[in-house]
Amino acid sequence: MPIEIPKDKWPGSVRKVTVGATAAEGGTRAKTVTVGGQTTMPYLQYEALTPNTPVVAIEIKSRKPEDWSPLLVETWGDAMSDPAQWAKKAEEAGADLIVLALTLEDSADDAVNAVKSVLSATGLPLIVWGPGQAEKDNDLLVPVAEATKGEKIMLGICEDKNYRTIVATAMANGHLVQARTPMDVNLAKQLNILITDMGLPADRIVMDPTTGALGYGIEYGYSVMERLRLAALQGDAMTQLPMMVTPGFEAWKAKESKVGEGVPEAWGDWAARGIHWETLTAVALVESGADLIVLRHPESVKRVKEAIAELMVTA
Amino acid sequence: MALSGIQIYKLLPHTNCKECGFPTCLAFAMKLAAKQVELSACPYVSEESKKQLAESAAPPVRLISLKANGTEVKAGNEVVMFRHEKTFYNKPGLFVRVKASDADISRKVAEADAYTVNYVGMDFTIDGFAVEADGDASTSSAQSLGAAVKTVRSISKRPLILIGDPATLPAGLEACSGEAPMIYAADNSNWEAMAELAAKYKAALVVKGESLEELAELTQKIQAKGVEDMVLDLGGKNMGEWLSRSTQVRRLALKANFRALGYPVIAFPGNVGDPARESVYAAQAIAKYAGFVVLDTFAPELAYALLVLRENIYTDPQKPIQVLPGIYEINNPTADSPALVTTNFSITYFSVANEVEGSGQPAWLIVTDAEGMSVLTAWAAGKFDAERIAKAVKEFDLASKISKKRIVLPGHVAVLSGELEEELPDWEIRVGPREAVDLPAFMKQAL
Repeated sequence: MPIEIPKDKWPGSVRKVTVGATAAEGGTRAKTVTVGGQTTMPYLQYEALTPNTPVVAIEIKSRKPEDWSPLLVETWGDAMSDPAQWAKKAEEAGADLIVLALTLEDSADDAVNAVKSVLSATGLPLIVWGPGQAEKDNDLLVPVAEATKGEKIMLGICEDKNYRTIVATAMANGHLVQARTPMDVNLAKQLNILITDMGLPADRIVMDPTTGALGYGIEYGYSVMERLRLAALQGDAMTQLPMMVTPGFEAWKAKESKVGEGVPEAWGDWAARGIHWETLTAVALVESGADLIVLRHPESVKRVKEAIAELMVTA
Repeated sequence: MALSGIQIYKLLPHTNCKECGFPTCLAFAMKLAAKQVELSACPYVSEESKKQLAESAAPPVRLISLKANGTEVKAGNEVVMFRHEKTFYNKPGLFVRVKASDADISRKVAEADAYTVNYVGMDFTIDGFAVEADGDASTSSAQSLGAAVKTVRSISKRPLILIGDPATLPAGLEACSGEAPMIYAADNSNWEAMAELAAKYKAALVVKGESLEELAELTQKIQAKGVEDMVLDLGGKNMGEWLSRSTQVRRLALKANFRALGYPVIAFPGNVGDPARESVYAAQAIAKYAGFVVLDTFAPELAYALLVLRENIYTDPQKPIQVLPGIYEINNPTADSPALVTTNFSITYFSVANEVEGSGQPAWLIVTDAEGMSVLTAWAAGKFDAERIAKAVKEFDLASKISKKRIVLPGHVAVLSGELEEELPDWEIRVGPREAVDLPAFMKQAL
């Protein structure tokens, strides 16, 4: 019995965005990463092939974090005290990009040094996050952007309260921005409009619609991403950007991953649970359209990359 | 194909009697086409019309219900591709597979059957067991399926999926007769015998095929034998292929009203043979339209993660799980205990309440009406601002319960403290940690 498979024909598509620049392109990266370009909902290869494989970044910090789960501390070991070492280990663990998160304790010089040491330790494209306080973000990200002109680093995290300075320095120094909004389609669109209005080309923006971890509101992030992608395919230009999410950050602050003692017995083995929490959060978001997934644990990286590879197989 | 309102109208009595509750037969027909009323509301429709309308009135994905001893697992009846369009209704049943020859079967079933985990005030368990007749179709393995089902039944009351062939299944079906189990699986070679078993024992029947075309042909042939309750095994060599097939089946059912594939889907993540990948396959199956998920690996930490994922994906997006706004007492607070402010999103509430409860320190929890949103989301949406917090403090008369006029805000909304000082001039406003997990330490050191 022949079956006519219903296929969606979409007028719109997602923009392609490239992070990192090789020597030929004015940077020093060994390779670049390109995401986006989809013309279908996630991985429906029978409608149209997914043009670029979604990628996984590993999050490292400029200083050894005090509040990370002991499971992560055990995994990364001494490398956590040296961003260059940590970045190398992250590359070995299969990262496609490195996220370097700066901290409130960093001075501008510390930040620039940390970024430079990571750039020389690995050839992967780089994403740099400020510590998350608008003023301090500006204090650190501007000198970092200037010191790495042409590298096509992604600067984050750009929110409505601090986007101006970060976007301006990204424009001046040839970088990209990570545009984050709190789980809302219209807020995401609005921030993209504000950023492009300043003159940054849309192909230098990746949207971060924010997510919750498994059990902590993932369903909101999941549906916002599906709605953003549907809007993009329907032709809404200000949603036609690749999406990045931070399930590593979200999942590892959940009690399920962070804490091993004094929790219900039904939660099972702590180490296995922590990885499930991060992996399952990430996989669900991959299914809802994430192009760039930021993780923390090497085992989760392996599992999520395997899942993406399987989703990319064309029969 | 679904009938249009006009096509349905032609089959109605044209009397405009209004007994259905609508002014005209045409208005009723339009409601029928939109699946907003039942045909049974019309007392005068002819038997002939009923028959013609039955097909169009049936849900696009058939509801399948497995029953045993008063417990039930339902799948199907879904109406959307994306959860935000309406909601996903019937959570996929989570089953654990055991093999009939496994000497450890009692222990495995007992462990999974006893498993229960609490998530934001709800108790979750797995739904049932799949018992597989392994080995060949000899008499001994047929007997062993019967014996295995008896063993499972001596431990668990949950619904069953029996896996075998026409020779091995009858002993298993006899051992759970009177229930509504599911049997696995009819394919091109055995469908007639499997259909007979399904009909005889009133079991749902899984149909297995290498392509959607093959599946559709099989379901039609089986339906012609009088078996209506079917479930589809889509096969698929990898996650991508499974996702494509699952999406195609759901789309054919919903968009094209394609009856031959209008059945729930069953997934076997354990077939991948590696527990790490099994967990990922199971997550995809839950998110992307499976009606039944059969695991080979039972581990509490995996079951917990999958049950939570299932709950999240199947939460009605229009109605976030909320708790009632008010003042909650934790660990018997006194007038000297601190007062902590949070929102009425259930996940937020339970995260905070669990931390405080676990710390052993007494506290008053002021749960504001943030329309069921988490702290950050509610703040961004203007549902958790100084005005609302002040209103809650006054409305719940917090001042009458505590001696020191002091409240603690979630760290994520530290920006509200200035405005709140204006709204509550004689109160001390403190900023607590951003994450609930850091509350016990904060309360110990800072309060």
